[in-house]
Amino acid sequence: MTETRGNDLRRRQGAVNDDRAPGDIGVLSPVRWDEYTSDGCWDEMVADGKSRPECAGVAEHLASLSLQELGQRQKAAELAIEARGITFTVYSEAGNIDRAWPFDVIPRVISASEWRTISAGLVQRLTALNMFIEDLYGDQRVIRDGVFPADLLADSVNFRRQCIGMKPAFGVWAHICGSDLVRGADGTMYVLEDNLRVPSGVSYMLENRAVTKRVFADLFRHLDIHPVDGYPARLFDLLASLSPRPGEVPTIALLTPGVFNSAYFEHAYLAQQMGVHLVEGADLMVDDDDVVSVHTIAGPARVDVIYRRIDDLFLDPEVFRPDSTLGVPGLMRAWRAGNVALANAPGAGVADDKVVYAFVPQLIKYYLGEEARIENVPTFLCLDPVQRQHVLANLREFVVKPANESGGYGVFVGSKATDEDCELVRAQVEADPRNWIAQPIINLSTAPTLIDGSLRPRHLDLRPFILSGRTSYVTEGGLTRVALREGSLVVNSSQGGGSKDTWIVDSAGSGL
Amino acid sequence: MTGVRKPVVSSAEPSVKDRRAAPLPVPPDEAETDDHQRKDHMMLLSRVAESVYWSSRYLERAEATARLMRIHTEMFLDLPRHVGIEWSPLLAVTGSGEDFDAHHGEATEDAVIRFLATDPSSSASIVSAVSAARANFRVTRAIFPNSSWEELNRLFLWIAESRSVAVDRRTRASWMDRVIRDCQVLRGLLSSTMSHDAAYSFMEIGRALECADMTTRVLDVQAGVLLAQPVASEGTVATYADITWASVLKSLSAHQMFRRAVRSGISGPEALRFLLRDPQFPKSVEHSLTRISRALLELPRYDAAMQRCAEVQRLLVDAEVGELAGEGLHEYVDQLQIGIADLHSALTETYFVRAAESVQRQSSDALMATA
Repeated sequence: MTETRGNDLRRRQGAVNDDRAPGDIGVLSPVRWDEYTSDGCWDEMVADGKSRPECAGVAEHLASLSLQELGQRQKAAELAIEARGITFTVYSEAGNIDRAWPFDVIPRVISASEWRTISAGLVQRLTALNMFIEDLYGDQRVIRDGVFPADLLADSVNFRRQCIGMKPAFGVWAHICGSDLVRGADGTMYVLEDNLRVPSGVSYMLENRAVTKRVFADLFRHLDIHPVDGYPARLFDLLASLSPRPGEVPTIALLTPGVFNSAYFEHAYLAQQMGVHLVEGADLMVDDDDVVSVHTIAGPARVDVIYRRIDDLFLDPEVFRPDSTLGVPGLMRAWRAGNVALANAPGAGVADDKVVYAFVPQLIKYYLGEEARIENVPTFLCLDPVQRQHVLANLREFVVKPANESGGYGVFVGSKATDEDCELVRAQVEADPRNWIAQPIINLSTAPTLIDGSLRPRHLDLRPFILSGRTSYVTEGGLTRVALREGSLVVNSSQGGGSKDTWIVDSAGSGL
Repeated sequence: MTGVRKPVVSSAEPSVKDRRAAPLPVPPDEAETDDHQRKDHMMLLSRVAESVYWSSRYLERAEATARLMRIHTEMFLDLPRHVGIEWSPLLAVTGSGEDFDAHHGEATEDAVIRFLATDPSSSASIVSAVSAARANFRVTRAIFPNSSWEELNRLFLWIAESRSVAVDRRTRASWMDRVIRDCQVLRGLLSSTMSHDAAYSFMEIGRALECADMTTRVLDVQAGVLLAQPVASEGTVATYADITWASVLKSLSAHQMFRRAVRSGISGPEALRFLLRDPQFPKSVEHSLTRISRALLELPRYDAAMQRCAEVQRLLVDAEVGELAGEGLHEYVDQLQIGIADLHSALTETYFVRAAESVQRQSSDALMATA
């Protein structure tokens, strides 16, 4: 079926005179999949000049448009992004700058059947990770049973003594998780990392869809694309279920560091979508009864659930960093007393550590008695002398990462490094082996991306979001981030990355 | 967060109880919804209320400043060249004379217009007001309808890219008109798509308070100059007095309504009375205060603010408007402005103060009290 469709495409395009370069005025350049290749990588849309089955509908539609038309849609999308004020903030020496959200109109497609497997794998992963966190702050069976080394926990910068003995509702600590998925050259999907602290990006997933609906309205009529907009309602339900006063209408607040935070757009967006209060630390107070209140025009009002988007260490100056003005004095008292729910729970970040990551397959086996459904990227712990030796002897073949950084900072990519970089990372690893892991370089999969008026393969990843509470929920797809520079594997928007709308498509219904 | 604010003058005068302070009688079916409304009050954060209030003030300020420049330019075109119209009164109305003098030389047409329209470093400019309104809107996006944010964002982006158009006299009027129209579209959008809840009340209060403030400023500067002229003289100013009085009214969009309400010709005292005391014209000080007191009734804990509001209204009732001129008018407007600033302080103390700020505010209040 796809075979025929591929041939059809070629025939149709063959009829068009294509002597001229794209961009020529007056002549429309067709989209030609048979001329599109992505060397040495798995391409999400095209294999051997033909569209993959789940992409057939999209590819065919794109082929019915010209590159010029695609350029116009791209322009329309960028105007919509500007008009909607979809921005992200870049920290720089000259101050914080709001930039328009970078977006590529060509959607990234995943089949519904593959997504079912991935979703189940993510739920499995988060179930195990939450049991692991609960265990670490409880009996520590996992250590006594020799599955997780005690000295690794002792060295963890994200383990919070103040959380020992706490029992959050449903045994869940990491209520909201953003896991990064990448696909290798053979098509295998791997989990690259789990962000359990304050993961961001979900608002861009939602806005990307809203923008795409505007510019590709025609496609949405013909394809069964799973909607993504259920997320805010699911998140609201999850937060409401955590209220320490069941039976009463809970008051829910999203705690933001403020307008200068890089994710402020998202904080405001989610608060608006859920109809909850967007608050800063100064809006909240904790009284002597350990109850949290928010300042309102009628006086203080009790708060039941706080979706906090500030890091542990800034949450409460009474307990953590005393110089923090972002948090609320006494918040930990209130949480420990069970008067307020915090999502994610303080201390959940203990499992957001690239060293812990290496243990996830064993943790799944230990807690659930199952094999991991999504593979881990093979990970070498520099703490282990044998593994460290191997990594240092073959630096060029590895990505070396600090265990506790995010945003792509401090990452060493062997294939692109200078000799000096190699020496630097070698010294860093030897000085503090606990804090470094290494993974073989994965040649991330690509997808066609509109670059200077033509479709070029660009590397990408995917961040789905997983909600855990009484039940679990996984977003339909997630945020696809794409490295816009040729050959680049860095997808972070702060470092020149863009984004795409992600479509989970029922292959069966994909015909036009 | 709220950007530059006008200085607030604090006053320790004892408050006067006013007949308007009593709540209006409420019909029975509305009384039943009282519980629901009270919940709604509890749920409006102080910070959000303050941002809504300020974004509304800034929006009104942008619109009023645009109108002021539009009408002043028109008057400039109407008057004969030898009269020599000044541009510095525009600086006086917006209270930015000192700031202008500190950074610029002579108050030429181009310099003043640029300073008040498109100079981002001038806190009195339209671009600053729209940008401050947007910043406040942004931190409270959760409570405004999405479409209103997009509207404001569009205005902001357009202003940024059309700066040169504002200064050029040939295109200035249409630039100012667009600012005015976009502000009004935004108001219309909010009025028709946003729930008329407590947040909306703060928007109304912010708008009306800024409006009352602007009207008194225009009167102080423009009318003050005109009234100081001997009316009976045959001098140039008297000859063109009609045009200039009409300009005062026009700069507050009051000309047409004035003609409808006041059947005689335009005279100084009549115009003054209309702009201060007309109960129906939306930009009169009286009407603005009435709107504030109505909006206050929708809020909890309104006593202090309502009292301050009533004090300003008493000033309006007691004034012998016909006898006001020159210094007398100036002093009177000063009183009104102090009253309006007190009303603002009462709103701040009752509704906006938060935990982390209260200590700071108290100490600065203490400083003011001893000063």
